[in-house]
Amino acid sequence: MSTAVVTVNKGVFRGLNLRQKTFLIIGFTSLLLLTIVISSVFLGDESLQTNFGSKNLNPSPEHPFGTDWMGRDMFIRTLKGLGLSILIGAFASTISSILAIILGLLSSTGKMADSIISWLVDLFLSIPHLLLIIIISIGFGGGATGIIVGVALTHWTSLTRVVRAEIKQLKTQEYIHISINLGKSKLWIATKHILPHLIPQIFLGTILMFPHAILHEASATFLGFGLSPHEPAIGIILSESMKYLSAGYWWLAFFPGLSLLIVVLAFDMIGDNLGKIMDPRSAQE
Amino acid sequence: MCLEGENISFGYKRNNLILHNVNISLESGKLLGLIGDSGSGKSTLCKILAGYENNYQGKVSINGKEIPPKGYNPVQLVFQHPEKAVNPKWKMKDILNEGNNVSQYILDSFGIKQNWLNRWPNELSGGELQRFALARALGPKTKYLIADEITTMLDAITQAQIWNTVLDIVKEMSIGVLVVSHEKNLIKKLCHEIVYLDDINDV
Repeated sequence: MSTAVVTVNKGVFRGLNLRQKTFLIIGFTSLLLLTIVISSVFLGDESLQTNFGSKNLNPSPEHPFGTDWMGRDMFIRTLKGLGLSILIGAFASTISSILAIILGLLSSTGKMADSIISWLVDLFLSIPHLLLIIIISIGFGGGATGIIVGVALTHWTSLTRVVRAEIKQLKTQEYIHISINLGKSKLWIATKHILPHLIPQIFLGTILMFPHAILHEASATFLGFGLSPHEPAIGIILSESMKYLSAGYWWLAFFPGLSLLIVVLAFDMIGDNLGKIMDPRSAQE
Repeated sequence: MCLEGENISFGYKRNNLILHNVNISLESGKLLGLIGDSGSGKSTLCKILAGYENNYQGKVSINGKEIPPKGYNPVQLVFQHPEKAVNPKWKMKDILNEGNNVSQYILDSFGIKQNWLNRWPNELSGGELQRFALARALGPKTKYLIADEITTMLDAITQAQIWNTVLDIVKEMSIGVLVVSHEKNLIKKLCHEIVYLDDINDV
């Protein structure tokens, strides 16, 4: 690179170069998220049994996040809630990405298809996200299915735009013209020239969709339009905790909210750092 | 064998032609120089001749036959900016052999080193990339080469090296070359014949 990049090595990661640091951050955050999902799946329901002998306890070494008004351990509830949120987020953003890829590819097939898809994207973007999620999830009968469909059907717009723009830009590149002149077929050019540029974009777009999906799921659930109250979802935990906040039980909302924030930030960090690695221009800094 | 453009007219906007009734013909094995001011339509004419631009009026033909839109185009165009002519996600050996397997002889004559082949495009300089672009374009099925300011961004020594190699190869394969440049001295030295775009353009 012609521009000089001066990296100041300070703090915890001293002695490592930027590439090693990036890999370390990706590895660490992925491990954290994976631990949350796996432990939430394997933790049985018996750990959430009500125990009125130990209700509304302050955070202590035995109950790091305290207990709620039914004596349930908030740490385990939070863990299970986050696991559920991540799984729903994963499912919804995968469906969203598949939708985005199909629509993005379709938009490159012709002018008519392109204007229809652009119009569709604008239409979906013009309606507030949360409102649309609530409408769709009620339309699909509410509950887990409703919220997954709702989140999946509202988050494809930005990735569709990215895919569409990327294809448009690539099609005017000189090396694509040269490839046509060298006698290559359209399919060959699409798979060998265009696809390698699209895959990182799609991959990153999916990962960066996660935090949005998780937050929207939690907020729809918080408002009472999402998962049913017996599920240990983060949105449910937060909305129930609101009733007890005025009684001084701050830990009921504080720790689950903080954990949700950490999970969302972790996904964002993975996405940003993967982006650095996958772009050949910044990968060698 | 003759590449001919007859009565070519083209404009990027309606009622604003930049090429009007241009006639140009390029014989096999000959070097034809094309000189014109900036913005006079030299590159546009090159793109039309090489089949990059389809919305023109007139006729481009080889020996009276139109060039088929699919398959290997016998008219190959090389640009001024080699870094734009390569896919940044491909290794150099894939870029080089995209059209056909480039022979060791051509690699040697352009001075392309074996260890360059495993690099990425952003690890090579403009002059090195331009050698790859030329080696890729000079395949066995190429009959005409359109060189749109291919050495403008290079220093004098590299210019001379590259042109010497190109001259040798086109002579051997009897390829017709359209040399486009601002550099009148270069064109006078290289070409059998010189055409001024303003003289053949009716605009």
